[in-house]
Amino acid sequence: MTAVLTRVDRERAQQPRSRPPRLRLSAVDAKVSPYLFVAPFFVLFGAVGLFPLLYTAYVSLFDWELGADEMPFIGLQNYATLFSDGQFWNALFNTFSIFLLSSVPQVIIAVVLAALLSSNLRARTAWRMGVLLPYVASLVALAIIFGNLFGPQYGMVNGILSAVGIPPIDWQADTLGSHVAIASMVNWRWTGYNALIVLAAMLAIPREVHEAATVDGAGPVRRFFSITLPMLKPTLIFVIVTSTIGGLQIFTEPKLYDPTSGSGGGAEHQYQTVVLYLYQSGFQQLDLGYASAIAWTLFLIVVGVAGLNFLLTRRAVR
Amino acid sequence: MRHRSWVSVLLLLTAATGCSSGGATEGGKTELTIATFNEFGYEELFKEYEAAHPDVKITQRKTGQGAPHHQNLFTKLGAGSGLADVEAVEEGFLAQVMAKSGQFNDLKEIGPKVEDDRWLKWKTEAVTTKDGKLIGYGTDIGPLAMCYRKDLFEKAGLPSDPEAVKALFATWDSYFAAGDQFIAKSGGVAWFDSASQVFNAMHNQHEVGYFDKSDKLVVETNPAIKADWTAVTNAVAKGQSAKLVAWSNEWNSGFKAGAFATKTCPSWMLGVVEGQAGPENKGKWAVTEAFPNGGGNWGGSYLTVPKQGKNAKKAAELAAWLTAPEQQIKAFQAKGTFPSQVKALDAPALLEKTNAYFGDVKAGALFAAQAQKVKAAQYKGPTDGQIQDNVFSPALQSVEQGKSADEGWKTAVAEAQKVAK
Repeated sequence: MTAVLTRVDRERAQQPRSRPPRLRLSAVDAKVSPYLFVAPFFVLFGAVGLFPLLYTAYVSLFDWELGADEMPFIGLQNYATLFSDGQFWNALFNTFSIFLLSSVPQVIIAVVLAALLSSNLRARTAWRMGVLLPYVASLVALAIIFGNLFGPQYGMVNGILSAVGIPPIDWQADTLGSHVAIASMVNWRWTGYNALIVLAAMLAIPREVHEAATVDGAGPVRRFFSITLPMLKPTLIFVIVTSTIGGLQIFTEPKLYDPTSGSGGGAEHQYQTVVLYLYQSGFQQLDLGYASAIAWTLFLIVVGVAGLNFLLTRRAVR
Repeated sequence: MRHRSWVSVLLLLTAATGCSSGGATEGGKTELTIATFNEFGYEELFKEYEAAHPDVKITQRKTGQGAPHHQNLFTKLGAGSGLADVEAVEEGFLAQVMAKSGQFNDLKEIGPKVEDDRWLKWKTEAVTTKDGKLIGYGTDIGPLAMCYRKDLFEKAGLPSDPEAVKALFATWDSYFAAGDQFIAKSGGVAWFDSASQVFNAMHNQHEVGYFDKSDKLVVETNPAIKADWTAVTNAVAKGQSAKLVAWSNEWNSGFKAGAFATKTCPSWMLGVVEGQAGPENKGKWAVTEAFPNGGGNWGGSYLTVPKQGKNAKKAAELAAWLTAPEQQIKAFQAKGTFPSQVKALDAPALLEKTNAYFGDVKAGALFAAQAQKVKAAQYKGPTDGQIQDNVFSPALQSVEQGKSADEGWKTAVAEAQKVAK
């Protein structure tokens, strides 16, 4: 077919299209402007999200001590040290232990709370707002108050325990005790927040489905497990994934649980979490390379666990 | 409309990238910045200095607490810019600063002529590098004395008069022996607040600490450290420790409840005891001019001039003026910072200072005398502070929580090696 084209035609095709300049500018505008409008987010994300992430990976390959005269390249040495570092594994264990002690009861209680809040209550809004109150309170104030409540010698929790005849627990020296205390802080703060999210999803379930089931003779418990839970699936996935990410990055609660112990997380690191260890390496020992290696390892663990939870939740709640 | 949006995007971009770099001089005046934490008591002094030097304008950057101030200091040392012309450094962080002494000006070189014996000898020694550079001018100190509960001493049958108790606090042996006597009759009240408070005071009296002068970790080979460890953990085993970590809420409650009878007391601790024990315990606490094995120091600061500042000479002049005895006495009167200058320790304003909470004791004269008893500055390695706070204090706490002294020692040695690597 090309052979049919005359020479003149071909020349015309190669000629630049001459449009008035105003029109040309507006064509560029139409093409480029949308990108420019979304650019601020991506520029910002690149600057404060992506760049630090990549730069952290770069730093983790060096023996990078803050303020040192030279920072030699050491390849994957930081990671090798990290994987043979008992304190890291201990921190990882603590993180998972606190995560399980907080997330599991939290999600279950949140769903139950949401079911209660969706029933016919007097002053419904007041109840619903009420469960959000702990979330509004300052985390730092919360950590200090809980630290006081769980004080080993003069704390209120031990006071109540001994009043009932149970021997007092050393909430700081005891590994499980300290994990329970810290998990209770997390639960106190986040359960209401998650309950509200679940509640919103619960209220969005069409009434007709419930009514149809009732007609078919399903009781409230059966309806909850066969209708409510499956229809909450997308929301539950969201709640579980966000609480996984938050739970594995837990920092403020253990850091302020006993404000005097610095970033060690207890005399024998009983409740030192991974982020707390990262903080200790980076900002107390000023070993930024090692801290970066911890950060990247944690990043991969969080991605892995969040993905796993996503799959499990999708399969379990059908 | 569309074209206008283009322009606004461009304007935004230029606004975001253009930033002003503050000039050091402003209207012919040199602007000096000085970064301090807590209360140095310098506010009035700055006005006085500006009045005497019309070409200088002083800006103070004040941080509430020591820890964030020093974190900022180390971050900006690493970044190479952003520090104030004069930076205050606390004794607990001095070792880390000395390890980076190359980034600070030698004040002997750039500073004005300062009389050699302005400061107590040990105060200056601690801030002099191995090759003789002076990194900072001393501001205040925290000489140690012993605080004790008169009423609890009486109840347990110990002498309680400030003169009579001096014998109990003569050496660490006599201190722990008195502790045994005390707890036998005290009915559950402990002798001291926590093991690490006593251990740190003992440790800082030795000539050689965690590191030798070539920065080699000697935790295992320095017999003094092991001896202290044994003495303190033995006392813990006998029940002399109240197991209250300093500065914790429980520690605060311990003061109110009267959970322990003695406290290692730097000059500034009197205010802490008064605040925590409260008015209901007034008259029960006393302080005496004695400390086991002589004297000791806990706390106090220096003024340094980092090399990244542009007005090093003028900054050093300001720092030298602020740390002169005449000025430091005024700071003492303003905020109670105990002076490190020899002449200031003889000043009537200091010697006449009394403390009503501690039974009108002549606290100024008492701590001035204690300051003279400090022998020499212990050499501190680069990670000395971390070994004290993150290794030995937690290890001692773990012994208080039930770990055996031997196991605790092994952990401490292993962790110290990790920190010092």
